[in-house]
Amino acid sequence: MFDQLSDRLQATLSDVRSRGKLSEGDVDAAMREIRLALLEADVNFKVVKAFTKTLKERCLGAEVLESLDPGQQVVKIVNEELTGLMGGTGRELAFASSGPTVILMAGLQGSGKTTACAKLARHLAESGKDVALAACDVYRPAAVDQLVTVGKRAGAAVYEKGTDADPVEIAAWALDRAREEQRDVLIVDTAGRLHVDAGLMDELAKIRKRTRPHDVLLVVDAMTGQDAVGVAESFAEAAEFDGVVMTKLDGDARGGAALSVKAVTGRPILFASTGEKLEAFDRFHPDRMASRILGMGDMLSLIEKAEQQVDEGQAEDLQKKLEQDRFTLEDFLQQMRQVRKMGPLSGLIGMLPGMGAMKQLQNADVDEGELDRVEAIILSMTPLERANPAIIKGSRRKRIANGSGTKVQQVNQLVKQFDQMRKMMRQMMSGEQPSPQQLAQMAGGGGGAPRPKYRRR
Amino acid sequence: MPTSWQEIFDLGARGSAAPEAEPESEERRRGVFSRLRESLSKSRQALTEEISASLFDRIDEETWERLEEALILADAGAPTTAEVVERLEREVEGGSVSADGEAVRQRLIEILAEVASGGRAPIDLSGEPAVLLMVGVNGTGKTTTIGKLAWHLSKEFGLSVVLAAADTYRAAAAEQLAEWAERAGAELIRSKEGGDPGAVAFDAVAAARARGADVVIVDTAGRLHTQGNLMDELSKVRRVIAKQMPDAPHETLISIDATTGQNGLRQAKVFSAAVEVDGVVLTKLDGTAKGGIVLAIANELGIPVKLIGTGESLEDLRPFDPADFARALLAE
Repeated sequence: MFDQLSDRLQATLSDVRSRGKLSEGDVDAAMREIRLALLEADVNFKVVKAFTKTLKERCLGAEVLESLDPGQQVVKIVNEELTGLMGGTGRELAFASSGPTVILMAGLQGSGKTTACAKLARHLAESGKDVALAACDVYRPAAVDQLVTVGKRAGAAVYEKGTDADPVEIAAWALDRAREEQRDVLIVDTAGRLHVDAGLMDELAKIRKRTRPHDVLLVVDAMTGQDAVGVAESFAEAAEFDGVVMTKLDGDARGGAALSVKAVTGRPILFASTGEKLEAFDRFHPDRMASRILGMGDMLSLIEKAEQQVDEGQAEDLQKKLEQDRFTLEDFLQQMRQVRKMGPLSGLIGMLPGMGAMKQLQNADVDEGELDRVEAIILSMTPLERANPAIIKGSRRKRIANGSGTKVQQVNQLVKQFDQMRKMMRQMMSGEQPSPQQLAQMAGGGGGAPRPKYRRR
Repeated sequence: MPTSWQEIFDLGARGSAAPEAEPESEERRRGVFSRLRESLSKSRQALTEEISASLFDRIDEETWERLEEALILADAGAPTTAEVVERLEREVEGGSVSADGEAVRQRLIEILAEVASGGRAPIDLSGEPAVLLMVGVNGTGKTTTIGKLAWHLSKEFGLSVVLAAADTYRAAAAEQLAEWAERAGAELIRSKEGGDPGAVAFDAVAAARARGADVVIVDTAGRLHTQGNLMDELSKVRRVIAKQMPDAPHETLISIDATTGQNGLRQAKVFSAAVEVDGVVLTKLDGTAKGGIVLAIANELGIPVKLIGTGESLEDLRPFDPADFARALLAE
């Protein structure tokens, strides 16, 4: 199933190229597709309506550039608008000029507050801050134990009074302690609460009043659907939060809630939590989120991960080679080995543009056994063959197959796929998105499934 | 008649032997229904703005648009929404449903209830012991649900329950389940943190068999369905349980948070591929989220909702009733 928005737009706007300019009819058709894509991504219905209205104005009359087809032109505009909406003048964490900086964490049950507290603690400790955590969740069984354990792992002190004390009092006491012990930061963990639970929202307001936090952060689960708006609005009113921490971004939820929250409350998303390990915590990148929401994958994160493995010189060489189409099977072997070092391929595959939408690639973990086979085939090739796979015919194929313990068909397939991949990578380097057919051929799969219908205009 | 506890549990041979659970009085049921409606209607302004009796006063183009909007806002998703609205529109235009407000509203409830009933079946507790496996993404309410379920089975049906703390990953997960075990009057089997989850499950089933316990409920660590190795681990836990008892686990439930958007469908799909999910527990319905994604899950995957969670206390668990659910979505 090929959901890529740019493909759908391409199909919708196939005859615009000749006209050179997007008409209102074209733009309306494009807006339909975008609306559908955003709804699939869990962006709030009303936010989608407002957003597409603004977008339409920008798209009307937009020039269709030479190098991009109209669909891609529209995607480019959408991407820019989304990024702008979620980014802009982002507020950083505010720090106290004297005494401990107080950061209050709030959110629904199960959103990932406690884990986020520990991660934030570690993140701040990394930059040399002395951090303490306050355990104010006295309701959830073993919540205090959990914070004590993860707090320790994060290298932060944990202030707790068990579950018999009042959360507001615990918070106040923790602040006093943080001052006495001259901590740089105090992070206050609170119980998950429903925004419609007046009693608990009142408690949150009281904790806020007593501790006068420099930052109040709302923790939001990336898989939250349409409800995100209601939650955000209520918390904005009751707790006046300053920023958002998005959690569980290592899942495949498109994360439209991020857009909804920002659009409706104007508060920026400050941090992204991307896994259960404490290190999986980073500043929020609006451009990456925009791509993700549009189903365009998270190329940058993948590149970043890759950068950690490949050294600079190699990376530059590689780039040159790709651009000049001199990328060989030897290079591919090296790259593949690097990629395998990064971790289970199934997680990484999802980061490539469009791959997220390729269900068959996602469900079926890329067979590590198959990769072993590929490696064996390449190793059975001579350096000349690796550099110039075009010469691999007849007897060479047989020899390679025998040497690697594979069949001639498998050798053929590798050479063919490599060729296609090389073409694709060259395209990507020049800014084009690969077509679904190309992706399918590379994956060795194909075919599609009927798209979900959306009756409205 | 809405689904009762007796209907949602298939107790097998035990059914007749179990002490007669207090038949729910009409009053108590009404009380619970109104509490359900109340919790579903807390700040439900958004939905009632869209779907109120007055909306169906005049049946015109706008009606269908507003209905679509309301269902999308309830997280039903575009495909299921399109299906439901188109069907209703066809019936009204075709004349099989008269174009007056109340008739249309009633028919909508019927259609929604029908969709929500996809794959409907009771929870299989006929095994001796019956083994139930809880799975789901992090933070969806697995452990709390287990506590509530254990309490209901033990207090209302007089069954002996063993809980397996097979979440050996999360800090203080076993402690959390231990507290629920205490509240529910159930026995707890655990290992030290970092232990093998399969081993805990295995030991729990073995212990239950040795002691003649009625039900084993296995808690697992929350995991994202995108983590292949963790999904493999889950499959392994399932296989290990089957080693101890060939048909077990008899029932596998996935917890889905009512606030979840379209990703809920993916979750159900992927977890199902790893462990054959029999049903959904839709949690946190006491918030403002409608949990409409279960319509898509039932419709597209044939996996039914069997239980709903409506709060953090032991009593806040109900059998899922499709008609009540649909009605509460649309009620004033």
